[in-house]
Amino acid sequence: MSTPQTLYEKIWNAHVVEQRDDGTCLIFIDRHLVHEVTSPQAFEGLRAAGRRVRRPDLTLAVPDHNLPTTARLDSDGQPIPIADPESAQQLEALERNAPEFGIDYINASDAKQGIVHVVGPEQGFSLPGTTIVCGDSHTACHGGLGALAFGIGTSEVEHVLATQTLQLTRSKSMEVRVEGELRAGVSAKDVVLHITGVLGAAGGSGHVIEYTGSVIRALSVEGRLTISNMAIEHGARAGLVAPDDTTFAYIKGRPMAPSGADWDAAVAYWRTLATDAGATYDKVVSIDAADIAPSVTWGTSPEDVLPITGIVPDPSAFADPSKQDAARKSLEYMGLTPGTRMTDIEVQNIFIGSCTNSRIEDLRAAAEILKGRKKAANVKWAIVVPGSGLVKQQAEDEGLDRIFTSAGFEWREPGCSACLGMNPDKVPAGERCASTSNRNFVGRQGPGARTHLVSPAMAAAAAVTGKLTDVRAFAS
Amino acid sequence: MKAISCVEGRAYPVGLKNIDTDVIIPAVWLKTISRVGLGKGAFESLRAVPGNVFDDPEYAGAPILIAGDNFGCGSSREHAAWAMADMGILAVIAPSFSDIFSGNAFKNGLLAIVLPQAAIDRLMEVARTDDIHIDLETQTVTTPFQDRFEFEIDPFRKHCLINGVDEIGLTLKSSDAISVYEAKLSADRPWLAPNPV
Repeated sequence: MSTPQTLYEKIWNAHVVEQRDDGTCLIFIDRHLVHEVTSPQAFEGLRAAGRRVRRPDLTLAVPDHNLPTTARLDSDGQPIPIADPESAQQLEALERNAPEFGIDYINASDAKQGIVHVVGPEQGFSLPGTTIVCGDSHTACHGGLGALAFGIGTSEVEHVLATQTLQLTRSKSMEVRVEGELRAGVSAKDVVLHITGVLGAAGGSGHVIEYTGSVIRALSVEGRLTISNMAIEHGARAGLVAPDDTTFAYIKGRPMAPSGADWDAAVAYWRTLATDAGATYDKVVSIDAADIAPSVTWGTSPEDVLPITGIVPDPSAFADPSKQDAARKSLEYMGLTPGTRMTDIEVQNIFIGSCTNSRIEDLRAAAEILKGRKKAANVKWAIVVPGSGLVKQQAEDEGLDRIFTSAGFEWREPGCSACLGMNPDKVPAGERCASTSNRNFVGRQGPGARTHLVSPAMAAAAAVTGKLTDVRAFAS
Repeated sequence: MKAISCVEGRAYPVGLKNIDTDVIIPAVWLKTISRVGLGKGAFESLRAVPGNVFDDPEYAGAPILIAGDNFGCGSSREHAAWAMADMGILAVIAPSFSDIFSGNAFKNGLLAIVLPQAAIDRLMEVARTDDIHIDLETQTVTTPFQDRFEFEIDPFRKHCLINGVDEIGLTLKSSDAISVYEAKLSADRPWLAPNPV
């Protein structure tokens, strides 16, 4: 009998083109997503060396980071020029590079456009058991489908374009097992924030994490994508959720996914991927669902997580001296005083969007809270940015856009938006934002912006009260 | 990649843990289509603090940076490595690095040296007054005070760094093996070919 293997080992072993004596492997890449920010220098490198793209058919280009989320077409249906010349230049570079190298390109006014990590699963481009890369750390997201997916730098983007492979060494494996039943008001986002709090921002360093247990099994694919998306926030190379019937039901019928007889063959293969009984991980972390509350961050690292019922910690309470120092700096940046109840913290901005939480299920969860309610007077700016044009359409078909706009939110075009301060959507310096994104780093949402990471329902609740709020107070 | 085998000079004693890529180079600087010129945006938020080490003439042009755990966590932006290279940094010494940053640093011939916290503490002290020497060949970090710290490095990466290997050129030598793999893949899992979007 063969040695029992983990999901990670199975995917890795199926993609080894060559193995060198020192253990470095040449790994084949099944899918490559390209966006405008991390690719221009890679295409330039190819041009300079006279190299071509080896497998344009396995590559898909979508603009997302730089795009303004305001209207893209004027009343005559013509594209509205992008005001920022540097953003425009970068977007034009992708628009030019994709056809030059024979790569499919989804343009900014196509309904299929969106954040790469929403588009990939939505189009059926991302599949279980595949290796997926993109010049973006949240590529880990696609692991929610059972794909080995990870972010790469621009030199690696160039390497994949030229060779469809990467030189990699095998990571260690970790199981994060979440058992039990989620309490009311607790979503996938709260689960992954809690995991990040438990593991720390570097806890998954050098590892590929497989999320297992009854809680993960019970999640929708959208929820699994949210969890795997933030694998990088606890330092992991990638996150994985074993594909199952929930996964197959999600993928079936998507435009780029296998169909007909191919579909049956694909599902048969995908069913072989689950971690074998008796396979071992290098590290196992167990989490009890009962310990997970609706969660929020207080500091400037995603590991700075508290239940919404918590209080701002005293830096001197941390055992690690470097963490004490970091916490002091975080609190100073965040303008918070130890001992303050999290629910007493006022927010001026609400951002619902990002590759972590901009899928239809996320918008439904936020709309559920906002239905028949309005944002508080102190909330100056509240926006909803659907993850793709198709999510936007579906939400509009369900009437969610009207719930948001009635509540005082702006209903935007898809893109990365206020998750990172590189397009016009920014949080003003010194102001707070309850944000469904993935990073609360210093300056992440704009210089001086203060980010509190939350779930979509928690962001909606904060909009209504104007303060960080326990969504359970809104239980219907 | 430019070959690199040793680095000697002053070091910015930064020391903080979890220095993320948004601190190294904020997103607003990522709109460039070039690899150069990012140094002026490097560590912008740290530089905004009066008395910071980056603007202290004592450390002007230092080729080394010393940091705490998990250096380069966050985004995959290679701009972080480009920005540091652009400001003249050739090596970072820290107790740990994020996986992606460490890869990006390597691709740009920027040494990411892992040493235990005790060694970092000592080097932070030395950095305030004296030069630090890094030798990739012998895998050592030394100081004028007879400190000698050995570090580990992946042998393949060491070889590439010392010889300035073009990794894509190296992989292209395996083109036949890649073709064989692709042929087998088409036979075993033909359904993997995506339908056009």
